[in-house]
Amino acid sequence: MTPPSLLDISPATRLGRGTRTPYLLSLPALLLFASVVVVPLGMTVALSFHDWGQYKGIVPVFILKNWHEVFSDSYYGEMFWRTFRIALLVTLFSAVFGAPEAYILNRMKSPWRGVFLLVILGPLLISVVARTLGWALLFGGKSGLVNAVLLSLGLISEPLPFMFTETGIVVALTHVLMPYMVLAVWAALQRLDPQVENAAITLGAGPFTVLRRIVLPQAMPGILSGAVIVFALAASAFATPAIIGGRRLKVASTLAYDEFLNTLNWPLGATVAVLLLLALVLIVFGANRWVERRYAQVFG
Amino acid sequence: MAFLQLENLTKRFGLQTAVDGLWLGVEKGEFVSLLGPSGCGKTTTLQMIAGFVEPTSGAIRLEDRDLLAVRPAQRGLGVVFQSYALFPHMTVAQNVSFGLEMRGVAAAERTRRVGETLELVGLGSFSERFPRQLSGGQQQRVALARALVIRPRILLLDEPLSNLDAKLREEMQIELRQIQRTVGTTTLLVTHDQAEAMALSDRIVVMNKGRAEQIGPPYEAYERPASPFVASFLGKTNLVGGVAVRPERISFAASGLAGTVRTRIFQGNHWLYQVETSSGLVTVIRQNTGQEMPAEGAAVHLEFPALHEARGGGSQDRRGPKS
Ligand SMILES: Nc1ncnc2c1ncn2[C@@H]1O[C@H](COP(=O)(O)OP(=O)(O)OP(=O)(O)O)[C@@H](O)[C@H]1O
Ligand SMILES: [Mg+2]
Repeated sequence: MTPPSLLDISPATRLGRGTRTPYLLSLPALLLFASVVVVPLGMTVALSFHDWGQYKGIVPVFILKNWHEVFSDSYYGEMFWRTFRIALLVTLFSAVFGAPEAYILNRMKSPWRGVFLLVILGPLLISVVARTLGWALLFGGKSGLVNAVLLSLGLISEPLPFMFTETGIVVALTHVLMPYMVLAVWAALQRLDPQVENAAITLGAGPFTVLRRIVLPQAMPGILSGAVIVFALAASAFATPAIIGGRRLKVASTLAYDEFLNTLNWPLGATVAVLLLLALVLIVFGANRWVERRYAQVFG
Repeated sequence: MAFLQLENLTKRFGLQTAVDGLWLGVEKGEFVSLLGPSGCGKTTTLQMIAGFVEPTSGAIRLEDRDLLAVRPAQRGLGVVFQSYALFPHMTVAQNVSFGLEMRGVAAAERTRRVGETLELVGLGSFSERFPRQLSGGQQQRVALARALVIRPRILLLDEPLSNLDAKLREEMQIELRQIQRTVGTTTLLVTHDQAEAMALSDRIVVMNKGRAEQIGPPYEAYERPASPFVASFLGKTNLVGGVAVRPERISFAASGLAGTVRTRIFQGNHWLYQVETSSGLVTVIRQNTGQEMPAEGAAVHLEFPALHEARGGGSQDRRGPKS
């Protein structure tokens, strides 16, 4: 038996059933949550139903004008579709590169594992803005370092298109978000009994079969939970699409920002923001439910 | 040449020698146990046969062919791991079927053999469950079925019963022995439990610090230990006047070595005594026959068997090797 730690105070065991203490103890956190999350959120939702005009400003009435505009103007549909297409691609690439990375990391021996874990997680310590600007410095137009070198070598005649392209956003976002995927998959792999792979080998499985039929299915819950995190962060990312995509290639978050701070059409910005939130919540919860149901029997 | 032959098998990890010049021949159909204290090199030996550890020197021959030249996946051995190592994302049937799939066995034949093997280990009705929905004993049986279904040339078992509680372990020992008799697979078991090794094996290999101290039938090793280590590892032993005497061979009598009962422990089917005598503390085990036994503090006399019998010099009593 391990000595009881402060962390395992479960209300049922320590305090007896029916006491109000647990609720009282969580009151400060609940109050904070309500005041900085629930209230502003409610105000944003309300804002999305208000009217706005160039000269009259925000009019606090209840109309569906903004919602109607967002759903009827194909500009918004295209923009949302672009947002989720980017998020999907970023998730896909994070999984394709991050999962093998986590597997290799997991098989490394003691000193190297620490070193490479730091290499992978290190970028998280640097601001997203700095990391994205790094990409811009490498690929931005003719003067970007990589483009400049390739041009001077004569390997390309035009600078590689990167800035203001979807490809650019996807590449930079994948770089920014991959550590989350690596961590999620690594956590799943650490629960894996190394003898299980040996068992498969004794039964006649080759290395590729062991990976595909034994390791991958067990890493799948980790990949899926990593995918949910990466997808949500990619779809709501602001700094990277703002720097790479700029005003020319907008996604939901940069559009909402522009409506709020440039056009000053707060109600329309709020509508876009609320819609993005709703879509994300639906997707994330749906995916989570599906993962839980799919793997409950197997992994609990 | 034996079916499986270990020749001067040695494994060093840096400066440490885990297995030290081991010679062992296992006959076809035989059940042999590697028995020894923790760290004596049992698992390392098994892993070298399975192919997960490369020997430093020596050879392993199976059916007169060099086994070390064969890749682990191609060796055709059945291995049951201490942690069972079941595939958690596959059902019981899928677990057992995996080895057959790898061998390209047709689906219908696979289903038949999986069913047959699950029946053999008494899990016929559990085929659609996932490993985590099974008890420890049931998982153990799945691991056994998975190893047996491929009709392995040798079955390797690494402490397969050590995760089970005492009662279940005893049941599984009997079952394991029965299954092995039915299938007739040559079996190599690793254990640190001397009772388990003696109960199951045709022969035991008592290992100490990477070396085999004695190889022989359990009865012989128990009655004629080749070294003091073997004597003390296989059950309890008294050293009285320089002679090793098993505690169950000593009895209370009207005359003999005088002593005082220090402790008396009741263990159900027998009593365990520590008796203080002029030649030191003597351990005595007496069957519980329902009779009154000396209490703690009582003055007693100990009777020893004749010298040749004390060492078990060939006397065939009812605990004979073939029962
Ligand atoms: N990979 C390894 N690297 C270094 N030393 C090892 C390694 N594997 C085993 N050893 C050492 O070799 C010796 C034998 O180990 P082994 O696992 O074979 O013991 P064992 O008899 O199976 O013990 P147990 O009953 O505790 O399982 C031990 O002293 C162990 O520390
Ligand atoms: Mg071991």
